[in-house]
Amino acid sequence: MKTCLVVEESRVVRKVARRLLEDLGFAVAEAADGAEGLAWCAAMMPDVVLLEADLSLASGLDFLRRLRLEPGGFRPKVIFCSAETDLERIREALDAGAAEYIIKPFDSDIVAEKLALAGAA
Amino acid sequence: MKLEACAFLAEACAARAGLEVDPAKSYLIENRLSPVARREGFASVSEMMDRLAADERLTLLCVEAMASTETRFFRDGEVLETLWKSATPKIARSRPDGVVRIWSVGCGSGQEIYSLAMLQAEAPAPTGRVELYASDLSERLMERARSGLYTSFEVQRGLTARRLVRHFENRDDRFQIARPLRQQVRWRRANLAEDLTGLGQFDIIVCRYVLDGFTKAARTRAVAQLARMTAPGGLLLLGGAEALDEAGFAPASELAGAFARAA
Repeated sequence: MKTCLVVEESRVVRKVARRLLEDLGFAVAEAADGAEGLAWCAAMMPDVVLLEADLSLASGLDFLRRLRLEPGGFRPKVIFCSAETDLERIREALDAGAAEYIIKPFDSDIVAEKLALAGAA
Repeated sequence: MKLEACAFLAEACAARAGLEVDPAKSYLIENRLSPVARREGFASVSEMMDRLAADERLTLLCVEAMASTETRFFRDGEVLETLWKSATPKIARSRPDGVVRIWSVGCGSGQEIYSLAMLQAEAPAPTGRVELYASDLSERLMERARSGLYTSFEVQRGLTARRLVRHFENRDDRFQIARPLRQQVRWRRANLAEDLTGLGQFDIIVCRYVLDGFTKAARTRAVAQLARMTAPGGLLLLGGAEALDEAGFAPASELAGAFARAA
């Protein structure tokens, strides 16, 4: 079973994401922030990270950079998930190594498709 | 809604556009026509339906709205990629002027023809020149397609984020296909149930998920017309389940639902 770590501040959104991902056949772990997420990754590297980057993409980019420094840290596909719609910002996230980018609000179809497009489904 | 009014609408759909509409499916009619009723200032769909017999323009708007418009970027992406990477260059080489005319029939909100425009921008044809044409029954829908404006939901259906940042621009809270791509497509309203042979022939005709909604008789006529409009040596792409019995056509080996016309 593929594993997905959801890094998201809001407990409600984490639960929604968990349900969507479980429906898609993922084993899901949750983290409330980047530090907790990195601790998870150090213990058990997931196949996919769904990374909420709502408040600032910078925190997401920072997470990505730290993750890549971990042993095996290049393996997970990191999918950004943000309300930021500026295409320049989205391009930055992709250039920094995000496998895909989900614009909020999203629905289950979009999550399923983006996972497939990222080759993570 | 009165069954009588639904029957009138169904008849108009079949007669004007070859569309198969079940007059008993009032929820579908309600669903497709409620935006029209709103725009036209009616209090309800059934109030508008009562006016149909006396209003030709309104009838046509309703017929257009009954056509299915469900589409997405890179729908059947593999078919489009194969079409672009292998079939198109082959046809280009066989043409004295190197021009390949591609027609997206029933283009709806434009995702199919823009997907081809994106493929062209990413991997330009090594030889020759490709002309992209798109048409739809609904002028209104085609104008929307021509604007190249899409919501964040639409640009996330079938489209990678890479392609989004490469081929789109922010336009307020929506996304717009970049101008160079928009300028490559020529648009024209076209009703498949009418005689379209005046448009000439096309090297590649893409007509997927359009004929499923047609009556049997209209489908037969439309397929025959599209076959005549496919240039010798060209390709006619129908939906996966569509059969083609026209002489001179054979299933294309590498493309599902495609038929090649003998040169």
